Amino acid sequence: MLEFELDAWRGSFHLRVEGRFAAEWTVLFGPSGAGKTTLLRLLAGFDRDRLRGLGRVVFNNRLLTDGQRGLSLAPGKRRTGMVAQQPALFPHLTAAANVAYGLKSLDRAARARRVEEMLHLVAATELAGLRPHDLSGGQAQRVALARALAPAPKLLLLDEPFSALDGAASDLLLDRLKEWVSANGVQTILATHDVSDALSAGAEVLLLREGRQAAFGPAAEVLAGERKRLMSRLE
Amino acid sequence: MDWQAFFLTLRLATVTTAILLAVAIPLSAWLVLGRARQSAATGWLAAVEALATLPLVLPPTVLGFFLLVLLGPRTAFGRGIAALLGHPLAFSFDGLVVGSVIYSLPFAVQPLVAGFAAVPSPLLDAARILGASPARMTASLLVPLARRSFLTAGVLAFLHTVGEFGVVLMLGGDIPGSTRTFSILLYNQVENFDYRAAERTSAILLCLSVLALALIYFRAQGPRAQQPKTQEPGARGRA
Repeated sequence: MLEFELDAWRGSFHLRVEGRFAAEWTVLFGPSGAGKTTLLRLLAGFDRDRLRGLGRVVFNNRLLTDGQRGLSLAPGKRRTGMVAQQPALFPHLTAAANVAYGLKSLDRAARARRVEEMLHLVAATELAGLRPHDLSGGQAQRVALARALAPAPKLLLLDEPFSALDGAASDLLLDRLKEWVSANGVQTILATHDVSDALSAGAEVLLLREGRQAAFGPAAEVLAGERKRLMSRLE
Repeated sequence: MDWQAFFLTLRLATVTTAILLAVAIPLSAWLVLGRARQSAATGWLAAVEALATLPLVLPPTVLGFFLLVLLGPRTAFGRGIAALLGHPLAFSFDGLVVGSVIYSLPFAVQPLVAGFAAVPSPLLDAARILGASPARMTASLLVPLARRSFLTAGVLAFLHTVGEFGVVLMLGGDIPGSTRTFSILLYNQVENFDYRAAERTSAILLCLSVLALALIYFRAQGPRAQQPKTQEPGARGRA
């Protein structure tokens, strides 16, 4: 269960949103600039200086952020995984070493097994020895996903993670990811502006518009409402 | 040619550069990582950065005078150091090293801060969320990704120490074999109207500087880190 109440500024952009996500998958849906990335970063523990007084994040009854008390748990201590829009792979490390980066606590053999398992999950086993500049955008996104999953996070934040993948590859990866998330009890928040991603991933959708919650509920219902609103604007 | 002064200068510059890199790497990383994570200690960061930059604008003679007083027998600190080492730091090679490290600190810190700050922040964010400590981020990301700035920092610190005059004169005086560096030698030669010797000494200092700068600029022309290629065919979004 993820509960949050956030009030933050990014330049002239003001995000004020609260939510209570109980479903395994929740989709943050909205146009570019609606505040999806800002929200994900605040949930991950970044940009704490953007919070104004009101900032509270509780995950599974664990207080992660409390703006009034000046508390903000460091991103690495939240058991959170994140894949940003840009994969941000470490350019001097191979794909395998990138995936292994968050596994420092494991011994060498366990780390190697985990890396292999994660690369297999994202269909990137053959990329293990390659460096980021040898990967395509889609391959880099898959490796970044494997890197985020490897330390077994309890909360997974995905910011347009499949934008460089073609439709079939994206669907396949989403199916595998859903299976893995379900088997490992991970709560996942997926930010997207792609309706098909939102429909195929989400049990619940939070629709964001200009930094505010415009709707929240079952994916089909929220997206149908949004579609109707957009159509009426065209007429 | 006074080879004793030449080798003393090289020794001073080498020791100073080694100490400076050892000090400046963690200091620069602390400054850059503190800024990147919007640390609560922003005031401290600014104060430390200003302090590390101070020798850049402070007249060398002023710095040399302060150090002379601080390390001399008039202060408890100076007396303590003298008791510890068995000799006062002022007017000794060790004292010159202390003065050179402080005086050349900005020349090592500034290039390293610039190099570390150029490491893209999404990489630091990725490392942070994967649980990397500041020390691990420094060793595994900042140092390998900003390695070009080490050459710049090392060369600038080395050359600045080689050419240092004010601090050396105030703190070390002119003791052959102990504190007489090449710059002091040059000053003595000019003062004695031995222009021929001064020309040779100057030419050596000039060649050293040109060679070192050529090394920096030659290395700067090397290949740069590449970005991932392209998005996959048929990709729908922004890559």
